[in-house]
Amino acid sequence: MAALGRVLLILGLVVALYGIGASLHGARSGQLEWVQSGRRAVYTLAALMTLAFAILEDAFLRSDFSFNVVSSASSTTTPTFYKLAAAWSTQQGSLLLWVFLLSLWSSLILFLTRNRVREIAPYATAVLLGFGAFFVSLTVFFASPFGTTANPPLQGAGLDPLLLHASMMIHPPMLYSGYTLLTIPFAFAVGALVTGRLGNEWIAVTRRFALAAWLVLGIGILLGARWSYTELGWGGYWAWDPVENAALMPWLCVTAFIHSIMIQEKRGMLKIWNVSLILGSSTLAILGTFLVRSGVLDSIHAFGASTLGIPFVILIGAMVAVSIALVTARREVLRSEARLDSLLSREAVFLFQNLVLVAMVAVVFWITFFPLISEAITGTKVSVGPPAFRPFIVPLALVLVALSGIGPLIAWRRVTAANLRRNFTIPVAVGAATCVVLLLASNAAARPFALIMFSLGAFVLASVAQELWRGTAARRASTRDPVPVAFVRLIGRNRRRYGGYIAHAGLAVLLIGVAASSSFAHSRDVILSPGQSAGVGGYQVQYVRPVEHVTNAKVSFGAVLDLSKGGKHVSTLTTTRGFYPAPNDPGLGPISDAFNGQADSNVGLRAGLTRDIWTVVNPDLTPLQSEITAGDRAFLKLMTSLTPAQARQPAVIDWIRYYRAQAIAGLAARYVSHPWPIEFLLIVSPMVTWIWLGALIIAFGGLIALWPIPLRARRRAPARGSARQPAAAPSPPVPVRETVY
Amino acid sequence: MELLVILAVLAAVTLFVSGPLRRAAPSEPEGDRRIAELEAAREAKYLEIRDAELDHSTGKLSDEDYRVVDRALRSEAIEILHELDRAGGQASNGAGAAVDGR
Repeated sequence: MAALGRVLLILGLVVALYGIGASLHGARSGQLEWVQSGRRAVYTLAALMTLAFAILEDAFLRSDFSFNVVSSASSTTTPTFYKLAAAWSTQQGSLLLWVFLLSLWSSLILFLTRNRVREIAPYATAVLLGFGAFFVSLTVFFASPFGTTANPPLQGAGLDPLLLHASMMIHPPMLYSGYTLLTIPFAFAVGALVTGRLGNEWIAVTRRFALAAWLVLGIGILLGARWSYTELGWGGYWAWDPVENAALMPWLCVTAFIHSIMIQEKRGMLKIWNVSLILGSSTLAILGTFLVRSGVLDSIHAFGASTLGIPFVILIGAMVAVSIALVTARREVLRSEARLDSLLSREAVFLFQNLVLVAMVAVVFWITFFPLISEAITGTKVSVGPPAFRPFIVPLALVLVALSGIGPLIAWRRVTAANLRRNFTIPVAVGAATCVVLLLASNAAARPFALIMFSLGAFVLASVAQELWRGTAARRASTRDPVPVAFVRLIGRNRRRYGGYIAHAGLAVLLIGVAASSSFAHSRDVILSPGQSAGVGGYQVQYVRPVEHVTNAKVSFGAVLDLSKGGKHVSTLTTTRGFYPAPNDPGLGPISDAFNGQADSNVGLRAGLTRDIWTVVNPDLTPLQSEITAGDRAFLKLMTSLTPAQARQPAVIDWIRYYRAQAIAGLAARYVSHPWPIEFLLIVSPMVTWIWLGALIIAFGGLIALWPIPLRARRRAPARGSARQPAAAPSPPVPVRETVY
Repeated sequence: MELLVILAVLAAVTLFVSGPLRRAAPSEPEGDRRIAELEAAREAKYLEIRDAELDHSTGKLSDEDYRVVDRALRSEAIEILHELDRAGGQASNGAGAAVDGR
């Protein structure tokens, strides 16, 4: 099957290259049959990559260790659920996943637009196939997922234990879906620039793909944060790691894009800005892929050093050069059709919000790449951490939250002072009241940025609630629907608007959680013996007893903790540290290797709406070291005493394995029977749950905005004079049927 | 066996991708492209009219501002509909029917 896989990849590359040529020839000559043939090349690439990916997944499920990627990232003991995910834990498999997803989304957009944007589509097809050809060629020439060995090992190395987490199953496909979805508007933007058809058409057909990219990329980022919080054992959810930043930058950029295209759709403005944003978003997505694969920056997420850096640098350079050349060449066509009527208008707020988002991208980009820049200039790689980001990102985030509350309250084109007063009074009052209450009833004054974030968050939530209420009331006035029905139908009929408002509310909830948890967390690093306790954030944490668990895959040492407050029992938590074997390290003895591979943490967590109590154990194995060394010596002596013939006998091998397992179980039992003081990290962190809740609300809002409105409803324009307030002067006679929001 | 599968895949790919080249595709009239562009503009304008109406009914636009904005939007919509008619828009519903959404 590996040979078939290799042939499918080569065929995919040939088809992609052919499709590029056919599409460009069809576009230039006007011969539709070539355009159609090019489009079929995309469908074919999708079918070939689906087959190739299925072959790879099948090899993982069958634990076929003749495939190099399977033996390096899976084993017979890897749970089936994770065998599927192991495919994209490898460089080779993740590249195949990238091109597989790219070909699927490309096929979907080209099928949906088969009778639309006919001038732009062939160029977009060529660009999409260009990306496809690039990634397939990486799997053909640099990192083949179908590399095999003639002498397969009996057992594989297994999946990196840090990846044995449910969100890791979904996180990479989500990020890759986001990255690949971003190539769709990029390709159509290039097509629009080449043809000069820079109206709303290309935006209309790709807007949902940009929104989908924003949604899945956001979900991917949050799943990564959740994994970091519950698996990595450092107690945080965001470390400003280069690979995290690599996903955040295109997300921020496409967030700006999905707002600013509304200004182009409504006013014909910001055309240069919009094409630049989407060209930039997609380039940043490729940059993110490059960062993960090249190993140029140190990251826990990266695949390590590889030979893929140079091809990616060439691709990124080509994308930047083509983008700049096309935008420069079309600058006359891209000129705005209108000007801002007023700085007090929604488009002005969107513009300001765009500037803030792009400033955030610039800050993250500069600080992320600062180590590389410093190395290039001074020869020394200066490492920067989270403190470098905060002075810039915190104030920008505060402005962003404020704007996400102001935007829904302001109309397009123009507003008057009286309207501003009417719309802002309640949300501003709620924000101010929140500020006063927190100042009087808490120690929030000690953290002014957090206090401002809470107040602005309350302002945003109030503005969104007010908008939902007023919209529902307006609908009720025209339909007499009951409130719940009017509410649901209002959102259903105006999905883009109210989906966006709900996402704004989610952002406020999320950032309130970030502000609270990062400003008011209590953390203690303590060493405890059984029976001892330590206080953190008003809670007492008592180390009750040690626990151990031994399986073929790992040895876990942990602790049962009793959590109490004011003498009252709150919860019992269990936290463990899992030690994985390092079977391929020749410097380790038969017992040592059981403890010297990777390690993972199982966090003892009590999560709640107001606070999380987060605990992790880090047992020191030094007290066991003398017995581990003695065990190594005993087993090595036994094994060297065997003749080669004896050493090959299955019964002898089983006997050695059995006694090795007994020895390891004995060491684990000693951890429980003769416990020694061990290290704990204890964190009481307020409102972390708000981060996950906020993310869910954002995703819900995004889904609402993404869901298509039925064509009939979309085409219905409002009737004159049927609003709550009657229009006073006649307007041009546009004949329409009804007004129902 | 594997060779047979590879040959079958190769044949299927060749047949499928070259399919359009073995029959003449109908050419697209230039007018259709202009109509598609105008229809996109019409949809955007309808959305804008509805948004302005909703902004007015939820109190974000005063009566006076709404009158000005709505009049401008409807003028722009009518201009687009007339352009659609001029571009052979009967095929795309005609002005009145298009606004009616029928």
